[in-house]
Amino acid sequence: MMKEIIYTLKSPYREDFNLYGYTFGKGDKSACIVGPTRGNEVQQLYICSQLIKILSNLEKNGSIVSGKEIFVIPSVNHFSMNIERRFWSVDNTDINRMFPGDANGETTRRIAAGIFERVKGFNYGIQFASFHTPGDFIPHVRMMETGYQSNSLANLFGLPYVVTRKPEPIDKVTLNYNWQMTNTNAFSIYTTATEQIDEKSAMQAVSSVLRFLTRMGIIKYNCHGGYIASIIEEGSLMPIRVNVSGIYRRFKNPGDEVKFGDILAEVVDPYEGEVISQIVSPTDGIIFFAHAKPLVMENCIIYRLIRRLHE
Amino acid sequence: MLKNISSVGLPVGEVLHIRKNTLTPSNITGEEKRIAIVTGIQGDELEGQYVCYELIRRINENIKCLHGIVDIYPAINPLGLESVSRGMPTFDLELNHIFPGNIEGDMAEYTAAKLVEDIIGANLCIDLHASNIFIREIPQVRLTHENSDSLMQYAKLLNVDFVWVHESATVLESTLVYSLNKLGVPSLAVEMGVGMRITKEYGEQLTEGIFAILKEMGIWSGTSIIPKSPIISTDGEVSFIHAEASGIFVPQIKHWKGVRKGDSVGDILDPFTGSIVHHVIAPCDGMVFTLREYPVVHNGSLIARILGGAN
Repeated sequence: MMKEIIYTLKSPYREDFNLYGYTFGKGDKSACIVGPTRGNEVQQLYICSQLIKILSNLEKNGSIVSGKEIFVIPSVNHFSMNIERRFWSVDNTDINRMFPGDANGETTRRIAAGIFERVKGFNYGIQFASFHTPGDFIPHVRMMETGYQSNSLANLFGLPYVVTRKPEPIDKVTLNYNWQMTNTNAFSIYTTATEQIDEKSAMQAVSSVLRFLTRMGIIKYNCHGGYIASIIEEGSLMPIRVNVSGIYRRFKNPGDEVKFGDILAEVVDPYEGEVISQIVSPTDGIIFFAHAKPLVMENCIIYRLIRRLHE
Repeated sequence: MLKNISSVGLPVGEVLHIRKNTLTPSNITGEEKRIAIVTGIQGDELEGQYVCYELIRRINENIKCLHGIVDIYPAINPLGLESVSRGMPTFDLELNHIFPGNIEGDMAEYTAAKLVEDIIGANLCIDLHASNIFIREIPQVRLTHENSDSLMQYAKLLNVDFVWVHESATVLESTLVYSLNKLGVPSLAVEMGVGMRITKEYGEQLTEGIFAILKEMGIWSGTSIIPKSPIISTDGEVSFIHAEASGIFVPQIKHWKGVRKGDSVGDILDPFTGSIVHHVIAPCDGMVFTLREYPVVHNGSLIARILGGAN
């Protein structure tokens, strides 16, 4: 394992902002793994730390395939993580909306440029990200439909679902999109949690990356074969909304199978305690996303459902 | 007349209303032209508040001079304005990056969609922005190259110092003005001043410009000024100066004053050692139309923009 500083930013009052990268094996730029770009992505940091621990052991045991190099950046934004902010600590900009960056531009563009310079050119790029709508997801691989994406490669992670998404204008400045534009097969991995550590889905994510690296001939590692993923286009997920605001009682979790007519949640009047709305499943399916906060606003999406799919 | 254009229930005992004030002539024929004045999309941009006040005050004092409809929307992000928050609280994306919105979406997307729905059919829309808290801007209109030919006639009437044809964040895809222009409502974005402050002279300058436009459109027959002729510039004529060190920036120049190549723009200081860590020099002759307001800088922070020549 080789640890290096890939980018440094001087700070007037804090220690220098140093971004570290870890290299395992030597040779072709085979796979690059990038951890949290946002300060609240603690689960993503935990996953990367566990991956570095395992890859370090695999390297000691000679299990990195000769001529293959794996590069991991476990944290992109600890300046914000240490002060419990999601976006950049000074100007609240989002580093994951600054790619491919600009070495002569504003601060977060410079950081993005420094990262991108080091991570481009790998065959496979894996990013641990979180969605802008907070909540709980089924662990899945997410890809943007750039024309370069490969569902069959995404399937090799062995996670239960692969979600594809048509890029919006705001997506075109993410690491994932720019990786794809520079011929890296890019995947984003989403697990159940973001701000808390969910051990089960964290370990599922770690295993999925090790499985993928094994299948691509980059490491030697024995693990379970995982799932043959269902491929879902994000637009086909059925949004289920609440019609009133109040205190939210959630009855279902991501991965649960539901039937038409099942009660999925209730909204309680915040002053008088009465149930003012029951949210009923409009179809059979599997819960893909579930709202996690204790309060809801009218019209807010509390679930996204994979329609007519059974376990 | 005050009207709600959107109402969304908040979780506990409160409804969020987005309101506009519609000023109409006493005798409506149905043939009146309509202009929309929008501000307060970002909760830390307050410069437009004074413009709204002044427009309404002057029109009401001479209501007989009004021959069209003036819709004024002072606060598209009331929660942000009252909580000193640039974005819409509870929503992760910037509000001005989700237009034209989604009528079936959550609070932010729904608000965006209702605003667009309400403005559709207007003959002109002016979206007033301040800068953020970090930099101060002279009053300026921002246009994209795509729309500059059709909108320049209005931009020249607005009594601003500067029209910048530039693909800036205020006019790019997903913003209000971009979406409205696509939907057939000629729309302009104005930037002026600094975040979290009101610069009264800028507000008065722009108010005069809006009355000049109202007069040109036949909406106003009262007094109005002959607007000043703005400097019109494209990207190639603007130099950006970024901090090349981290520290405390102290300017040595004035905003909207001329500089010569090699002049001192300011110093970046280290308050611990009493030393100058970087001496910022003007890269070209020109006028400083953007100047750093917030002293703490990191490497890359924007210090100034100079109209006069590219780096």
